[in-house]
Amino acid sequence: MTVKIYIPGDSGAVALGADQLALSMRKAVQAQGLDARIVRNGSRGLYWLEPMVEIETDAGRVAYGPVRASDVDGLLAAGLIEGGGHPLRLGDPEEIPFLKRQSRLTFARCGVTDPLSIEDYRSHGGLAGLTNAIAMQPKAIVEQVTGSGLRGRGGAGFPTGIKWNTVLEADGPQKYIVCNADEGDSGTFADRMIMEGDPFVVIEGMIIAGIATGATKGYVYLRSEYPHAILAMNRAVVIAREAGILGASVLGSDHAFDMEIRVGAGAYVCGEETALLESLEGRRGVVRAKPPLPAHKGFLGRPTVINNVISLASVPIIMDKGADYYRDFGMGRSRGTIPIQIAGNVKHGGLFEAAFGMTLGELIDDIAGGTATGRPVKAVQVGGPLGAYFPRELFDTPFDYEAFAGKDGLIGHAGIVVFDDTADMLKQARFAFEFCAVESCGKCTPCRIGSTRGVEVTDNIRNGIDPENQITLMTDLCNTMKFGSLCALGGFTPYPVMSALTHFPEDFRPDPTMTGSMTQAAE
Amino acid sequence: MESRSMDADIASKTEAIVGRLKPLEGPLLPILHDVQKEFGYVPKAALPVIASGLNLSRAEVHGVVSFYHDYREEPAGRHVIKMCRAEACQSMGGDELGERLLALLGVDWHETSADGAATIEPVYCLGLCACAPAAMVDGQVIGRLDEKMVTELARAVKA
Repeated sequence: MTVKIYIPGDSGAVALGADQLALSMRKAVQAQGLDARIVRNGSRGLYWLEPMVEIETDAGRVAYGPVRASDVDGLLAAGLIEGGGHPLRLGDPEEIPFLKRQSRLTFARCGVTDPLSIEDYRSHGGLAGLTNAIAMQPKAIVEQVTGSGLRGRGGAGFPTGIKWNTVLEADGPQKYIVCNADEGDSGTFADRMIMEGDPFVVIEGMIIAGIATGATKGYVYLRSEYPHAILAMNRAVVIAREAGILGASVLGSDHAFDMEIRVGAGAYVCGEETALLESLEGRRGVVRAKPPLPAHKGFLGRPTVINNVISLASVPIIMDKGADYYRDFGMGRSRGTIPIQIAGNVKHGGLFEAAFGMTLGELIDDIAGGTATGRPVKAVQVGGPLGAYFPRELFDTPFDYEAFAGKDGLIGHAGIVVFDDTADMLKQARFAFEFCAVESCGKCTPCRIGSTRGVEVTDNIRNGIDPENQITLMTDLCNTMKFGSLCALGGFTPYPVMSALTHFPEDFRPDPTMTGSMTQAAE
Repeated sequence: MESRSMDADIASKTEAIVGRLKPLEGPLLPILHDVQKEFGYVPKAALPVIASGLNLSRAEVHGVVSFYHDYREEPAGRHVIKMCRAEACQSMGGDELGERLLALLGVDWHETSADGAATIEPVYCLGLCACAPAAMVDGQVIGRLDEKMVTELARAVKA
């Protein structure tokens, strides 16, 4: 029997040499006349072990990692294709504590299957949710999603079922499903991983959303910074169409659904749903005032469901296993699982899908193993560039929408970026303003002007120009931005700034050794 | 004369792209992406063709081109280096590496080196945050950049 050698094609693994590794492996396998085939799977999300090679043996999967191209000969000599012993041998990947401690619902197949094999997808539980949905009334599908407690995983945390219900009840000759794949938050890569590692689950989720709401057309708005995901999604759509999953008759039913992948053009603000719709329609990504809600007047003014990639990718398992199954994970009003992305200065970075409720401390000290540099953790930014910086004193905060809001923070898209004690929090506050200035769409004044004034104020603090008054000014400015901005870009920039000031006030005292001004400009 | 024939070439190629993509719902971004793929940038001469094809004003098309970071109004260098400047890469020393690369190539962000070897662009997240600092060179992703790799990169693009 031909042995399968899994070498991830995930862009994170590729960034660490997976393509060269696959090339060397292919050559060596050919040269030695071995009966083996290389499969480019997604990543399991254990990035410190990438590229992680897996072999399918009679006794199950055996993993090796991190493997470099130069390790190929040694591995093959050690009997790689029988799962032989080698210093890089990790054993059963599912027994690695980082993976074993997870509850993989949304990411069940990611890193396990061939992302573009519809046979793999089916044999690992794919299309079961869609098959159930086809046999149901739209109202019942919406009720099941509502009952699961699923909330928008893009950051806002709005109940997905309620959004769908609004579109179901809206009238319109054409309704749309738009998948927000403009994952621009630093520290987040869950959307990228699922699109590269299990693209069919995103497609399946979109089709179910279409059947539930009466939408027959879908768009994925995918950021241009993700070329591997763009390729995988485009290929998956073609395969799904050929397999009769997309098209005039979804899996032979009376339902029609088709979709397109649209590529963004490098504007962070297009992750905001109304700016995304503007961009999709071919305009500047300028935020729209709400109401009207996209559910009533969305893409081209028609009723539109706009959901994050992970929200949609979580729907198939809810339709397969039931609302209760999903809702039984989690705590409080945060139900189900959340793919937490552990990034930055950490020893064990990667994707950790778990039920809501784990504390920040468990994730950082225990799961991630502390910093990569070995220095003490100083601050952790949760929820991307618009998320708050948490000090160690708040590490008992559980991963839960309300618990984070209660500590003046947000879960956002569940990215965690760890900084060691060399971090300068005034610099991070300045960056938050600077980023907002670079990416502001310019529609509302607090964001457009406030961000630039914010950079100036932080520079004044740095240079010791009337620092106490500047801090008062910065606080006041944050208040204006928070309450006066049209969307989360201007409205949430105060989170990183104010949390840095609140938790690390010592970094905002003027540095007597600084003489010149900070001239490090971004744009 | 030469530039006029070049403009005519741009116009005819752009017209073909517009003709092909016009039936899409919201065709402007796909058209601009294809124009940039064809020419390496979005030439001024392409704008009136796009505008008339989509029944927009030239100002509207220009407004869209100038809004998005991806669209270039001039050709890039032979190599394009996108360095991530976002938080996860900062936490692993990305700022210092970025400054080092700029110094080695004698450019600032968004600039092309004098010899036309490379254009350096900041990017805010490549989704490679668990293997930071990260960059993308001519579409190839690179993780866990260090000083040695940056020095080699600068040498390689100049070669």
